[in-house]
Amino acid sequence: MENRINDEFIIGGRSFHSRFLLGTGKFGNKQVMREAIIASQTEIVTVALRRIDTQKNPENIVSFIPDGVVLMVNTSGAHNAKEAIRIAKIAREAGYGDWVKIEVINDAKYLLPDNEETLKATEALANDGFIVLPYFHPDLYFARSLVAAGAAAIMPLGSLIGSNQGLKMEMIITVIVEEITEVPIIVDAGIGSATDAARAMEIGADAVLANTAVAIAENPVMMARSLALAVSAGRMGFLAKGGRTSMMRAQASSPLDGLLNG
Amino acid sequence: MDSIPELHGIASLTPASRESLIRKAYEVKRQYFGDTISLYAPIYLANFCENACRYCGFHTAATIRRKSLNEEEIVNECQALFDAGLQSVLLLTGESRQQSSPQYIRHAVKIAGRFFPQIALEVYPLTVEEYADMRQAGIDGVTIYQETYDQKRYAELHLSGPKRDYAYRLKTPERVALAGIRQISLGVLLGLADWRDDLPLLFAHLRYLEKKYPGVEYSLSFPRLRQITADDTQYFSISDDELLAVIATARILFPRIGINISTREAAAFRDKAIFAGATRISAGSSTVVGGYANGKSDEGQFAVSDTRPAQTIKTMLKQKAMDPVITDWR
Repeated sequence: MENRINDEFIIGGRSFHSRFLLGTGKFGNKQVMREAIIASQTEIVTVALRRIDTQKNPENIVSFIPDGVVLMVNTSGAHNAKEAIRIAKIAREAGYGDWVKIEVINDAKYLLPDNEETLKATEALANDGFIVLPYFHPDLYFARSLVAAGAAAIMPLGSLIGSNQGLKMEMIITVIVEEITEVPIIVDAGIGSATDAARAMEIGADAVLANTAVAIAENPVMMARSLALAVSAGRMGFLAKGGRTSMMRAQASSPLDGLLNG
Repeated sequence: MDSIPELHGIASLTPASRESLIRKAYEVKRQYFGDTISLYAPIYLANFCENACRYCGFHTAATIRRKSLNEEEIVNECQALFDAGLQSVLLLTGESRQQSSPQYIRHAVKIAGRFFPQIALEVYPLTVEEYADMRQAGIDGVTIYQETYDQKRYAELHLSGPKRDYAYRLKTPERVALAGIRQISLGVLLGLADWRDDLPLLFAHLRYLEKKYPGVEYSLSFPRLRQITADDTQYFSISDDELLAVIATARILFPRIGINISTREAAAFRDKAIFAGATRISAGSSTVVGGYANGKSDEGQFAVSDTRPAQTIKTMLKQKAMDPVITDWR
C-alpha cells in the first residue's frame, strides 16, 4: 500500500491521509450518504449551507456526518462575492468552522463559476481568517491570482458540474498543476468514474472532489469506495513516475536542476 | 439554440416510446438534482380580485366570501406550516392592488421571513421598483403564469380587469429579473388553449429569458385546468399520460430548471410525476385564505386533490428512496 507517512496532504496547515473529498448533495438517503463517507475514508466533506437546516432537527444533514470529518461549508447559491462572503460568515457564526469552498455561480444554465467574483470572495475571506478553497474555471493567470489572494487550495473544474463528463479540462489543469506548487490543487466537478479520478491524480492533482457520481450511483457506498481507491491508485502512479504522466512533469527533472537550485 | 420540439406528436406516442422518454427524463433529473425532491406550501393571504378570468375561483364576480388575512392571521398560518415541518412558502393573493396593496404584501413577506428561509410570491404583476422592494423585504422568487400564450384565447378568457393586458403580463418575468430576483417560475394553465401550441411558446419564452438573464434560476409549472366539459374546449384537455410526457420533454429540454407539481394534481399522478422529471412538489397544501389555521377546505382557488399531510408526503418520498428537501434557498 501507499506509504502514507511520506505522502501527507496538507491544507491550511492540517495534514490528511485521504486525497478524496466528497460532496453531500443529491443523495436519496442521508444514512446512505453517511455510509458512503465512512466507506471512502474521506476526511473532508462539503455541505451547502443552504441545505443545512438551521432548526437543527434530527433530519439535519450535518448530524449524518461522522465525527472527525472536516465539514467544509460551500457557498452554493451565491451569485456574487458579497453573497458568498455572507454565507461563509453565517456558517462560521453557526459553529460550522472556518473551512469554506467558494462557489459563485451566476449562470443557471451551465452552472459555470464566475471567476472574477470568486477571486473577490477568496481574498476577503482569506483576509478574515477563513481556510478558503475556491472552485473555479481553470485558467493559469487566474490560478495565480487565487494563490496571491490567499487560497488554501484551488479547485479547478474537470468538466461541467454534475455532468459526470470527466476530465475535459485536462490540458489546462495539467498546466496549472505544473505551475502552481504553492497550494494543493483539487480537481472538482465532472469526475464521473474511477477512471476519471485516477487520471486526475496521474496528471499530478493533489486531490479529487466528487459528489454526483457517488450520490446517484446504484450503490453509492461502493462507488465512494471505488473513487477513493482510484484516487489512491492514481496518486501512487504519479509518485512512481510510471508510464505516461504529465508531459510537462516528465520534462521537469533536467540535468540543470541541481545547478540552478543548488 | 436548441430547437423546441413539436408537441402534437406527444398525443400519439406509443406506450413504449412514452415510457422511454420518461425514463430518459428521470435520468436527466437524477443527474442534476439527484434523488431529492423539494417541498413547499402555498399561503393564501387574500382572495380579492379585480379580474374576470372565466376559469378561476377568485373571479371578481364569484360569490365567495372575500377575505384578507390580518397580521395575527398571517402569523397563525405561518406557525401552522412551520409546525408541519415546511420551510419554503409561496405567498399568494388574488389580483387586487386596491385590497392587497404592495405594502400589505411586503408586510406579509416580513412576517413570513420570521418563520421561513425561503419565500416566493405569486401576486399581480408589479413594477421593477416594487419587485426590488419585495426583494429587500426578503423574497427569493416570483411565480407568474402567462396562463396561455394564445393571444386570441387570452382575450376570450380574461374578460375584464388589469390582467387583460397580455403584453404587460408577458414582460413581467423581465421586470422580476431586472429587480435582481433570482428565482422565476413560469407556466401556462393547461386546458385554456391547445397545449400542443401553448407549451412550445412557453418553452420559447423560457429560452429567451435564460439567454437574457442567465443568472436567474427558472422553474416551470404545469397546472391543469380541471373539469373541462364544454365540447368546444374538450380538445384542450390533457391526459395524465400526455402530461407526464410533457414534463419529461421539459426536463430533457431544460436539464437544470426546477419543475413544480402542485397539489391540484392527485396523489397517484404526483407520485408518477416525480419519476418523470419533477423536482419540487407542494405538500399538505391549502388554497383557502386562512386554511391552515382554521382547517377549512371550501372556497379555495382550486380544489386540492392530493390531501396528504406534509409528513405523509415525506414518508412516501423516503419509501421511494428520495430525500425530501426542506431547507434549500432556491
